[in-house]
Amino acid sequence: MNVELMIDSLPALLSGLVVTLKLVAAALVVGFVIALPTALARISRHAVLRGLALGYVFFFRGTPLLVQIFLIYYGFAQFEALRESPFWTILREPYWCALIAFSLNTGAYSAEVFRGGIQSVPHGQVEAARAIGMSAATVFRRIVWPQALRQALPAYGNEMILLVKASSLASTVTLMDITGVARTLAAQTYMPIEMFTAAAAIYLALTYAMSWGIILLERKLTPKETRL
Amino acid sequence: MFDLEGFGDLLLQGTLVTIELAIMSLVLGLVFGLLGAAMKLSPAWPLRLLAGLYTAVLRGVPELVVILFVYFGGVLFVNGVAGALGHDGYIDVSAFAAGVTALSLTFGAYATEIFRGAVLAVPAGQREAARACGMSPVTIGFRILLPQVWRFALPGLGNTFLIILKETALVSVIGLDELMRKTEIAVGYTKKPFTFFLAAAFIYLVLTVVVMAVQRGLETRANRGVAGRAGA
Repeated sequence: MNVELMIDSLPALLSGLVVTLKLVAAALVVGFVIALPTALARISRHAVLRGLALGYVFFFRGTPLLVQIFLIYYGFAQFEALRESPFWTILREPYWCALIAFSLNTGAYSAEVFRGGIQSVPHGQVEAARAIGMSAATVFRRIVWPQALRQALPAYGNEMILLVKASSLASTVTLMDITGVARTLAAQTYMPIEMFTAAAAIYLALTYAMSWGIILLERKLTPKETRL
Repeated sequence: MFDLEGFGDLLLQGTLVTIELAIMSLVLGLVFGLLGAAMKLSPAWPLRLLAGLYTAVLRGVPELVVILFVYFGGVLFVNGVAGALGHDGYIDVSAFAAGVTALSLTFGAYATEIFRGAVLAVPAGQREAARACGMSPVTIGFRILLPQVWRFALPGLGNTFLIILKETALVSVIGLDELMRKTEIAVGYTKKPFTFFLAAAFIYLVLTVVVMAVQRGLETRANRGVAGRAGA
């Protein structure tokens, strides 16, 4: 293995890391904003809301992310009206299409994680809070959500790591993320083993750093007296 | 069933390749998973270290990178070995073989952890009791451990297989004519990307639903005779 070449390619791969991190961070924020209302809709009393949320979650968890990206990036071009609309300045950009696909995808997975967390909070606590006179919104903000988030954190952490790995699909729509840079360099240098090993090492470092961060956060959010 | 401007058959052919790819990866991946779990639970530390490295790398690296590495790295490796053995001329590596290798290695890494957890979930007293009855370690493995490990591992294995089923789409990147690649071909002819990628999405949804139904059936069967679980 040509280690020198791997070291030479590091600056380019690190510029790919920046693209990966940007995509992941933005998708996590947008995904979170989608996931929370979706989780609430999944356990709502209104059948229509439940049905809509279920349909969304079912579609995005039941189909490959690659199909979702291509559906957005290539698919929307089929519609003349869309191509002439102001949205087209966004939908023709691979960056925005990848970001939309990642956000919708992680939103669907995170919604199920949050739903599990919310449903794990004992209902007696909700009734007690209501009995003291808290509004439904206050009950959620003060009683349900903090406990739901703590409960959901390990699974949500896993989803964050899966999103880092999924972000490698950005390279399929020409984006220069870590995988995109590695693919380009591999084609230029005819050294695929070196390039993909270097890319894999960066992903490993990233996913490990994240899993440690999540473990630290879990410890921080566990009350001291219950710590082992 | 569906015509899709004459491209329905093409998509169905691709679907068959996708199913073959997923099932081959499942079977090989289960073997890797059992081997990996045996190594992780072994008293010999070099084996534990090796299995630990395997699961750490394969679970921490994106599947797309693994697929690209196996395919392009595999081409160089095979031709390098063949060249050293005095073969001249180029040997092609099949995208199917590379896809199965990459996906089964990934499935195996997740299955290793699932099997390890399932073995640890069998109470140690049962093994001691079986040994006290005079069973050999091999008999204990087949009669006492495996039937229960299977039951504990099924939910995790089913979920991981659903992930691998969707990841077969990534093998289209190295040119395997599975469902995704066939869909791209149909898009090239018809210029109707939305229609065809949506059709592909629905085929994947159907496959997902079928796998979920099979998983439920297997779980019900594995749980028969367990108090409060059978047919639940």
